[in-house]
Amino acid sequence: MERVQQIEREMMRLDLPDFAAGDTVKVHVKIKEGEKERIQVFQGVVISKRGGGTKSSFTVRKVSYGIGVERIFPLHSPVIDKLEVVTFGRVRRSKIYYLRKLRGKAARIRERRIN
Amino acid sequence: MSKGLIGKKIGMTGLFTPEGQYMPVTVVQVGPCSVTQIKTIDTDGYNAIQLGFGEKKKSRVNKPMEGHLKKSGETRFAFLREIRVDNPAEYSLGQAIKPDIFEIGQRVDVTGVTKGRGFSGVIKRHGFHGGKKTHGSHSHRIPGSIGCSATPAKVIKGKKMPGQYGNQRKTVRNLEVVDIRPEENIMLIKGAIPGSGSGIVEIKKPKFAE
Repeated sequence: MERVQQIEREMMRLDLPDFAAGDTVKVHVKIKEGEKERIQVFQGVVISKRGGGTKSSFTVRKVSYGIGVERIFPLHSPVIDKLEVVTFGRVRRSKIYYLRKLRGKAARIRERRIN
Repeated sequence: MSKGLIGKKIGMTGLFTPEGQYMPVTVVQVGPCSVTQIKTIDTDGYNAIQLGFGEKKKSRVNKPMEGHLKKSGETRFAFLREIRVDNPAEYSLGQAIKPDIFEIGQRVDVTGVTKGRGFSGVIKRHGFHGGKKTHGSHSHRIPGSIGCSATPAKVIKGKKMPGQYGNQRKTVRNLEVVDIRPEENIMLIKGAIPGSGSGIVEIKKPKFAE
């Protein structure tokens, strides 16, 4: 089993910054349109981070024109070009699904100060 | 070269293709194997080589086996398997067979003993749908009717019924070789292969071309 973990480690993206649920992130996604490749930015709040090894994934939620949009990204996928943390949020649980029921002012997240 | 060799299943994981697709792979330790016996039409009635894999303590090997293994070298192999070959004259006793007989992207057949499930019902063993779970039903996982009435007055042969499931030798054909690492003797094969982790498998060149 250690060999499996070794192989998984080779495939992992260790270049991505540390982030957790509650953080606002910008995910730069590679999109292929026929021959051309371009990059699209998906900005939102991380509401969940799950799994281990190469299988781990995270969910980003944003509200686009009043409609909630959630995207699940495999954490180690080569489709992610870059990931930036915009703000660190202070939340008290690892899955902040309660955000789905909240709108506007109530859906704010307190900022976490990083020294 | 040899048409196959012996390996040990290590476990499963997944890799990303450059397009971003997740691909399930099985990690297998393949070889190094060594030729322990060469069988020819003249002596045995068929052409094959016997390969040895793994190692055993001296105290675990009985004398007839030790005598047999001594003919090809000093190693006391834990597992012996035969692989059919076309021309046994190409091989010599003690010759090492390594995973470099395969290429990346090639297809292989993998044979192993499946996980034993014991005496299983028809849902697990044959994929029956079972009965209703609710609405007063008492037939949750039973097979239902097993045949007709007075004609033919018997159950037809081969009727799918509960019984021993798993712990059988099975072959999965035409699996893709994703990666080979000769220095570690490791091969990555796309998809699942029979057996549990640390199970012994035979990896062979495909019997049927696609």
